[in-house]
Formats: sequence, C-alpha cells, structure tokens
Amino acid sequence: MSGKKGFEEGKRKYLDSFGKGGLLDVDFTTVSGAPVENLYASDDIEGLDYMDELGFPGQYPYTRGVYPSMYRGRLWTMRQFAGFGTAHDTNRRYHYLLDHGQTGLSVAFDMPTIMGYDSDHKRSEGEVGRCGVAIDSLRDMETLFDRIDLAGITTSMTINAPASILLAFYLSAGEKKGTSFEKMGGTIQNDILKEYIAQKSWIFPPEPSLRIITDILGFCSDHVPKWNTISISGYHIREAGSTAAQELAFTLADGFAYVEAGIAAGLDVDKFAPRLSFFFNAHLDFFEEIAKYRAARRIWAKRMKEKYGAKDEKSMLLRFHTQTAGCTLTAQQPENNIVRTAFQAMSAVLGGTQSLHTNSMDETLALPSEKAVRIALRTQQMIAEETGVINTADPLAGSYFVEAKTREMEAKAEEYFSRIDELGGVVKAIEQGFFQMEIGRAAYAYQKAVEAKKKIIIGVNALMVEGEEIDIPLLRIDPEVENQQVKAIRDIRAERDNDKAARELERLGTAAAGGDNLMPVMLDCARVYCTEGEIIEELKKVFGEYEEPIFL
Amino acid sequence: MSRKIRVLVAKPGLDGHDRGAKVVANALKDAGMEIIYTGLHQTAEMIAESAVQEDVDVVGLSILSGAHMTMFPRVMDLLREKGAEHIMVFGGGIIPEEDVEKLEKIGVSRIFGPGTDTGKIVEFINGRFQDED
Repeated sequence: MSGKKGFEEGKRKYLDSFGKGGLLDVDFTTVSGAPVENLYASDDIEGLDYMDELGFPGQYPYTRGVYPSMYRGRLWTMRQFAGFGTAHDTNRRYHYLLDHGQTGLSVAFDMPTIMGYDSDHKRSEGEVGRCGVAIDSLRDMETLFDRIDLAGITTSMTINAPASILLAFYLSAGEKKGTSFEKMGGTIQNDILKEYIAQKSWIFPPEPSLRIITDILGFCSDHVPKWNTISISGYHIREAGSTAAQELAFTLADGFAYVEAGIAAGLDVDKFAPRLSFFFNAHLDFFEEIAKYRAARRIWAKRMKEKYGAKDEKSMLLRFHTQTAGCTLTAQQPENNIVRTAFQAMSAVLGGTQSLHTNSMDETLALPSEKAVRIALRTQQMIAEETGVINTADPLAGSYFVEAKTREMEAKAEEYFSRIDELGGVVKAIEQGFFQMEIGRAAYAYQKAVEAKKKIIIGVNALMVEGEEIDIPLLRIDPEVENQQVKAIRDIRAERDNDKAARELERLGTAAAGGDNLMPVMLDCARVYCTEGEIIEELKKVFGEYEEPIFL
Repeated sequence: MSRKIRVLVAKPGLDGHDRGAKVVANALKDAGMEIIYTGLHQTAEMIAESAVQEDVDVVGLSILSGAHMTMFPRVMDLLREKGAEHIMVFGGGIIPEEDVEKLEKIGVSRIFGPGTDTGKIVEFINGRFQDED
C-alpha cells in the first residue's frame, strides 16, 4: 500500500511493534539531555519549504552552507590553537605546524596577557607562559611571527578584554615587515559578552568594553578590511557546561547585541557585519551538533536581513570556526581522546565549518606535546583526504532526523531570545546572572547524570582500567620562562624612549576619556613599545574594572 | 560533629574556568556542608584571609592555569602563618601526576583530577571529620 493511507498504516504497525522484544536500559537523550525519538519520518518535517528553510549552498538562508562550492572550492582552514612559554618557543611550534601542512595560525596567550598584566606584575607570578604564550609588547609579537609572511597566512588570536592592544601589536609587527594593513587577514576573538557569561576573563565593565569593540569595528572596516573583528563564541559557553541549545542561543544573542551596538554607534550594518564571524564547540552528540550549525546559519541570515536590515549578502553569512570539545576529553586512557576528537571533527565538517581546531589527546594533563598535536592535525587531514565527506555540500540535508532537529534547535533558540528580551537584553541578563545560572545548572545536571551512570563516559564511569599508568610524553613548561620574560620586559623599558612612551600613554588616556576612536592611538602606543600592562593601567584609570556578582 | 562542615571553595590564579569549582561546591552543599565560594581571580592572600575570617574547616582550591605550583604552596604557607594549619586543604584542576606528589608532600591532603566522582570528594571530607569525632 502506498500514499497517505499506506503511511498511516505503516506507522501504526511500527508503533504497535516498537519495543516488543524489549528495549535496552539506556537513557535515550542527547548529551544535552534533549529527548530523541526512535525514528523520524516524513511527518516530522511536515511542510518543509525547501527554498524558505534550506535554499542552495551560498544562497539565503544559507542552511546548506555559506559557499556554493563548499569544500570542493576550498577546504576548511586547519588551524591548531597553539602557544606556550616565550614568543620564541611558540614561534618554533608554528614553524613545526606549518611544516606539517597546517594552513592557518591561532595564538593561545598566557593568563597574564589575557588579563592585561605584564609578566613582571605581582599577579603574573607562576602564570607566565603556562597556558599560552607570554606577550608583553610589540617586541614579543615580532619574535612570535619571525620568518612568517603575514600577507601569506591568516592568524587568529584568542584575546578578548585586551584585544585592541594585541591587534595593535600584530598590525605594527606586520608594518615593520613592510606588510600593509589591507593585506593582513585574521581574527581577534574580541567577544567580551561571553567572557562575562562563561569564560570569565574580563577587565573593564560592559559599557566601556563595548565602546572599545565598536572602535575596532569602525577602524578595521576602514583600514584592515580582511580582519574578522569579532569571533562570537559559543565554545566557552559550552565548555562551561551549557547544553547545545544554550550554546546556540546565547552565542547568537551576543551576536545580535554586537550588531545593535554597532548600529547604535552610527555604523552602517553592511559595513561591519560581513567581518563578524563565529566560533562553535564540536561536542559529542553527532547529529545534535550538526543540527546546531545548520540552525545557526539560518537564524543569523534571517535576523540580519529581516530585523537589522542588512542588504549585503555577506552580512547574512554565518561563517564559523569550530573546536572539538575540550571538556569531553578524559584524563583516563588518554589515547581514547583521539577517537572522540575524530567524531567531533567529523560533525563540524558535516555541519559546514570554515575552520577547525582538533584537540590533542593529552590536553587534560598538560598543553599538547608535538606528537599529540600532529595526530590531532592528521585527524583533520584524514577527514579531508580519505573519508570522501568533502565531495558533497551539506550531505545530511533532507534527513528526516537532521531537519527535524535543526528546526527544534531553531525553536529552542527563539525561546531563549524571548527570555533574554524580557530581561532587558544581553547586558542586563548578565547583570542578573541569567546565563551564568542557566549554564551552572546544566553543568551540575550533567555531572549528576554521569555519576548516576545515565550518561556514560568510557574510562571514567564505565570500562575503567584499574591502576592505569599514563605513558604518553607531556609538555613541561620550563620555570625559567618566567625569569626570561621578566628580564625581557625590563630590557624593553630600559631601551625604549620612555618620554615618547609616556606621551603616547597620556594621549591614550585623553582619547579614552573623550570619544575619539582608540585604535590609532593604540597603534602609536604599540610602535613606541608601550607594554600591554601599561596600556591597560592607563585605560583602567578611565574605564574602571568589572567585578562579578557571585552566582553559585 | 555538631555543626556542619564549613568549606571555602576558592579559585586562585587568573584563569576563569569555574565549572569544576561550581559543580563541586553544589555537590558538597547537597551533601549537607556549608559552602562559601570566593568567586574568581583570587590571590593566595585573599583566600587565606577568607578561610580564617569565615572560620572554615576545609579549603578547596581549583586551578586550571598551570600556576598550581605557585598558588598552592603560597596558600599553605599563609594558612600556617595565620595559625590556621588545622584547616584541611584539597584541590583539583589540570595538575600532572608528579606535581600531585609534590603538593601532597607539602600538606595538601588530596588532589582530585578530571573525571572525579563528586561522591568521592564528599566521602573523603566526611571521612576526615568522622575520625576526629
């Protein structure tokens, strides 16, 4: 029997017989705890309008991908996040990665750099070069990119509160090599809202922070046209314990907040929105993740066009970087992490990512060793070269399950947008601890599910190895790094023209107190070797510091 | 013990990874302990000061920035200086095995690595205080 009647007959029979032989005692939900059906069929995607909901790749609403040729035109950028020790140590790692076929660079800074402290500051003790590279001034940035052509590669920098300063150091380093600003491409994360929400590396309060960001948007659209000015990040929201739907919703809500801030600062949406990009987490639940990426593209395109009046198609494209989920790696049987990472990376590629970082197996133990990072990079190369998944754009489109999940993701995100609006917008919701508490609750619920064995983590709550000996080599950071870096920054202060440095810092303070774009002065500070810490101190005098209300 | 066990959950250092600290804080609270959470970016001085002022029995330190070999010994020293060496200190985070041994030698009672069941932490703390009853 065929047709509608046949469908109903078949479905009735299926439902009657489902579970007859018994079902496994397993929690059939996604890793985010979202329910999943045993089967999805045509009635789960009823009324699906191809052109309205999906479109062709490179066409509105871009659900099927942002470019017509997708990976046949260009593979995603293989961009491993790396940084440790001194600029010299990290420069060596960059050359190693480039020699092994990596196609983009991504800088991991140490905590003092992220928080705006110089290496010789009291708060930097014990932290210098530990979880990233220590950068104090233009001098370190020059060393970091020694023998690397900044017109020939793009660089992503995971830096937020002090993003304007590190961008100024980078542009000045290029300038000294004779590379013009227009030729330099790359990304600064510069997503302060998710710092208040999840990653918690803030310096200034929200209002001046957003002013610095709109200054960057304005400056780059005029002078550094190939720069991605904000990488609106869900990665850290997810790592902090959110569900997939929360990651999607909170990230896009942050994106809308930046768009609104840019428009409020008098910028034309089509002038800055094309340079906004995104950064998502690739977690374990394969299909949920793919649905998340597809929904993200559709929601962004529709809002940009319908709500913010974007006319340029580039303003509607949600281009994104992905990193596999660090929080899913286990310290137990660390080699298993290679496999987890491979599944996650595959979901990012099937979801149409533009760029990808694959975690190394040893990252719950230390920063990755050379061997571990090579395996991680090879994982991406195997997906690209051996599996055949790059042949077809958005290959899972039309799957009843994937389309239904994509719709569900979109609906859940819209619900969150309404709640955030009711709270008065993203900044107000942060002040009330809304995001922080939502994420905290989800993280604790997941932990309890793991401890009740409703969610299984191989090696942690199942299939453990008693008395396991970890025998993979770990990267150790030489404690001498801190002393070297402290000496280097003292040398800079002794060698530079201190009168000039003081004058530029004073100009910066004046610009901060007034309304002028901060970027040109920031560049002048960089050129005369003002240190990051000095620049931040100057800005703190005007902007003050953020203090988080405690939400447990 | 007549009063509840009082625990200061603290985030020393500059990193902002507070997922673990908050999960552990919630689990200890659900197990009937009294929890004081310091918030982020604490110096060793701030932590030792809060521990003494709040008259806690236990301090839990969570750090993922790699600065544990600086921060843990400093907290231990300061507690001793303040005559508060009776306070039990435990910790968690990204801490390699060889550093765990060193930390336990200077008096940190236990380091709980990634993947630890929170029930184990509860059991460990309760065990310590039952002994003293």
